[in-house]
Amino acid sequence: MVSPNSAIAFDNKIEGDIVISRLDAVINWVRTNSMWPMPMGLACCAIELMGTASARFDIARFGAEVMRFSPRQSDCMIVAGTVTYKMAPHLRRIYDQMAEPKWVIAMGACASSGGMYRSYATLQGVDRIVPVDVYVSGCPPRPEALLDALIKLQDKVKRTPSLKNLTA
Amino acid sequence: MPETVADDTTTALQAAFPSVTLRESLDLPAVTVPVDEVIAVLQWLQEERGYDFLVDITAVDWAENTSPRFTLVWHLYSTTRHTYIRVAADCADDAAPVAPTATGLWPAADWHERETFDLMGIKFEGHPDLRRILMWEGYPHHPLRKEFPLAGIETELPDIEVAEETAAKVIAAPMMGGPFVASSKGEMNLTDAEPRAKDESWNEKLPKPE
Repeated sequence: MVSPNSAIAFDNKIEGDIVISRLDAVINWVRTNSMWPMPMGLACCAIELMGTASARFDIARFGAEVMRFSPRQSDCMIVAGTVTYKMAPHLRRIYDQMAEPKWVIAMGACASSGGMYRSYATLQGVDRIVPVDVYVSGCPPRPEALLDALIKLQDKVKRTPSLKNLTA
Repeated sequence: MPETVADDTTTALQAAFPSVTLRESLDLPAVTVPVDEVIAVLQWLQEERGYDFLVDITAVDWAENTSPRFTLVWHLYSTTRHTYIRVAADCADDAAPVAPTATGLWPAADWHERETFDLMGIKFEGHPDLRRILMWEGYPHHPLRKEFPLAGIETELPDIEVAEETAAKVIAAPMMGGPFVASSKGEMNLTDAEPRAKDESWNEKLPKPE
């Protein structure tokens, strides 16, 4: 028996070839471990995002290494950088083109709140145009912080009543 | 610092164009030119004096209710003689400033003039493609003008569909009250400000403790 919040353990000597679980747990297990990012690299945070994807920090350990530049194939938009008002509608359209289920990580001060750019040209937080699941502080955040955000997002997904949402 | 080689360019320029006056300058040789002669002057500098590189086109807004309000500035460089020169011209009309385009002399003038138009609202006559370059098409203001507040002015988002769906707007975002900013009394808001600013034991005036 697999519960959504415990580690998945399967012993084929006891249970044979049949795994009994809850659909929620199975769906969330699948979603959690292949969360393909949509890298919205708009400023210097994108450099840290690249660092997170590379060998030293290796976001592949969490199943999120497949950066998809097509919104149709991605699950999690990582807004890495300053969003200008000129860019904001494009960002929203890319978000709209992503298939459900989809999540958003606001990476860094600019994406979270506009950061130091209190000006006529900068969107004051990406949560004004897209729903944000996890905010990451930092300017820019360390790769570890982004990985922590991804783990937090995975925890959030594990707690989602996915079956109810699918059939609703 | 650019070289300030003493040469006869400005005197020769004044001999060729009697309306050219010398301009106060701390670094480069600088001249003031009537705006209707400026293209002829730039062409003369390019052809006769080897100023083959257009470094920059920009403008100065001397504030509302001043006349002349807008001054155009061109910076030229000679890649053979390694000298700079600054050419300035006052726009005649303070409300709707107009200047001639330099795209016929240097193709690079295209984007510089688009930027000056975008941020200062100066129209360049004869420009092949005078659109905004930084702000979006349809933005109603020219942000580098003196009457435009740094915080911005509330307007609509560039995309109507997205604006309707998200109910988001371009908002005025004053520095005061935002993150990273002290209050007007000079005190940091210790609850809202960024965490590191809470340590005020050292700053620009007090030395960092050992």
